Amino acid sequence: MTAWLVRRCAAAIAIVFAVVTLTFLLIHLAPGTPFVPSDERVLDPAVVDGLRRQFGLDRPLGVQYVRYVVALLHGDPGYSFSLRRPIGEVLATTVPNTLLLSGAALAIDFLLGAAIGLYQAARARHRADVVLGNATLFLYSVPTFWLGLVLVLVFGQHLAWFPVGGDRNPVLYPSLSLLGRLGDRAWHLALPALTLGLVGAGGTARFQRAALLEVAGQDFIRTARAKGLHERRIWLVHTLRNALLPLITLFGLALPFLLTGAVLIETVFSWPGMGKLAADAIFTRDYPVVTAAALLASVMVVLGSLVADVLYSVADPRIRLGKGGARA
Amino acid sequence: MKEPLLRVRDLKTYFVTERGRGTARAVDGVSFDLYPGETLGIVGESGCGKTVTSLSILRLIPEPPGHIRPGSFIEFEGRNLLTLSPPELRAVRGNRIAMIFQEPMTSLNPVFTVGDQIAEAAIVHQRLSRRAARARALEMLRLVGIPDPEARLDDYPHQLSGGICQRVMIAMALVCHPQVLIADEPTTALDVTIQAQILELLERLQAELGMAIMLITHDLGIVAGSADRVVVMYAGQVVETAPTPELFTRAQHPYTEGLMASVPRLDRPPAARLHSIPGNVPAATDWPSGCRFHPRCPYAWDKCRAEEPPLLETGGAGHTARCWLVAEPQRRMRRS
Ligand SMILES: Nc1ncnc2c1ncn2[C@@H]1O[C@H](COP(=O)(O)OP(=O)(O)OP(=O)(O)O)[C@@H](O)[C@H]1O
Ligand SMILES: [Mg+2]
Repeated sequence: MTAWLVRRCAAAIAIVFAVVTLTFLLIHLAPGTPFVPSDERVLDPAVVDGLRRQFGLDRPLGVQYVRYVVALLHGDPGYSFSLRRPIGEVLATTVPNTLLLSGAALAIDFLLGAAIGLYQAARARHRADVVLGNATLFLYSVPTFWLGLVLVLVFGQHLAWFPVGGDRNPVLYPSLSLLGRLGDRAWHLALPALTLGLVGAGGTARFQRAALLEVAGQDFIRTARAKGLHERRIWLVHTLRNALLPLITLFGLALPFLLTGAVLIETVFSWPGMGKLAADAIFTRDYPVVTAAALLASVMVVLGSLVADVLYSVADPRIRLGKGGARA
Repeated sequence: MKEPLLRVRDLKTYFVTERGRGTARAVDGVSFDLYPGETLGIVGESGCGKTVTSLSILRLIPEPPGHIRPGSFIEFEGRNLLTLSPPELRAVRGNRIAMIFQEPMTSLNPVFTVGDQIAEAAIVHQRLSRRAARARALEMLRLVGIPDPEARLDDYPHQLSGGICQRVMIAMALVCHPQVLIADEPTTALDVTIQAQILELLERLQAELGMAIMLITHDLGIVAGSADRVVVMYAGQVVETAPTPELFTRAQHPYTEGLMASVPRLDRPPAARLHSIPGNVPAATDWPSGCRFHPRCPYAWDKCRAEEPPLLETGGAGHTARCWLVAEPQRRMRRS
């Protein structure tokens, strides 16, 4: 187990390093530079030159890369050109925001998705299954931002049940009690989390239904029935437990997807998280922010598969990490 | 004779085949009795409906595509199993009638320990506490002769061999001391030496616990060694039934004769040892007219093609055969 973990972590570091390098090169080689004059900003060419020198952008790319990596290894992700703040400081507020949104979405995705899949499988080919099957197919195939916009229009604009954007009430928040603050945050979280979660739940439910039906046809389920178990126990214990294995793989794959899905949703809902930060940074050629975002995303991917592997070995006795072989 | 424990009457289990290409009449009017404490062998070639018959008794037929036709009747302890409510049915399954299957490795749940799987039925049916059920499971593992039972209790099925898995299946089936054990080809997937051990085990457990066994097999050798009575099935029907010694000395149905001729025998020269029945088992979607065996039968005449024989009394005690030869034995002479 330990040896396995060490090997996995080494591989993880290599992958993250490769992603950082590639992102660094791509964003620096992309046309356009930071510090360009725009309609709002009138910049003296001399000032631009000064800024470029200050941030080392006048040096050869190789030198910049080495400097960046060395700083990164010392725990310094650099300084944001556009926000004029250390990136560490920026991430300290945006990362928790994104984790909150993604976490809530992930919970909706898997709890709702698995529950729908289970309900459908237990009533396979009946009316409820067909209706839900169409609903999940719709959710699964709808673009996330489109669903986000519809929800904003219906529940934000038209019915005005939920706020249309932001992560808190900018005016009232400071004056609210602790409970009031929590309520305000949850209220703002509802629509974006629901958007991301529902789209995910559509796919998860379809996947879960198929996985459950596959297990339901196995010999050991017939054995469970022959034992005189209640149908509920057959589905919730014997079938679900086996169908959890493919679901765990899906979960590992979904972790990073939620981060990328968040890019669009955070923009739609003006949610001050990583996704919005990264999207803005790409347009302003805020190199260190883009690289930092890519770094975090790749960490999520690697972490996702690591978490999935560990969960998998917990759920499946046939896979015990680092140990092998049958006994008798 | 004693009252039968299980009475199967006119059991019909049909399957709707894919794209409506017809109905597979997998089991088509099967009747037989199972007496307390006996071993009843059910034999027949692959596809004759042995498994479907046994699954129908516990209503384990996947539905759809399968269904048991109205008019079928399976009496057990004074009730028709086919009309029981779900809770009543659950109280029979695994408790009064238990079942073991052909593939022990895939018939155990891979994600639960052997001990938990054995204990489960005792918890559900006898309301034992987890600890008492675990003790019960250990006792059962010992009973079925698994070496080092304490250690096996926490093993997962993939850690065990096929023979041990089948012993675990037997332990699981017998944990509630059922009246009937249905064993569907319990040794087909196992090595020959292990086969003999499992059959011996079943025999010993039957003597100790006194349950009746329905032993399904396509191997007449197993039937000869283990069964008290035999039901021979062909094309979804019972074609002959008799006490084992009677069947082996005075088989009446040409199909049974054919089955016996195809068993390897040491008292014949090697070239003559294996003799299989010509032709193939017809498809369950269209059984032949008249006697379903007539296309493969060496004695068949016009009547066999036109008219389906009923199960006829042969004269021997408890011996019936679905063959017109029983009524016209002289036809057998004429040919040979
Ligand atoms: N799930 C099913 N769907 C459709 N048809 C089925 C199904 N199960 C069984 N049948 C039909 O029932 C017939 C009898 O099958 P059954 O499994 O009872 O044979 P068997 O005597 O047990 O043979 P074997 O020795 O191969 O186990 C098959 O030929 C098939 O046509
Ligand atoms: Mg079978």
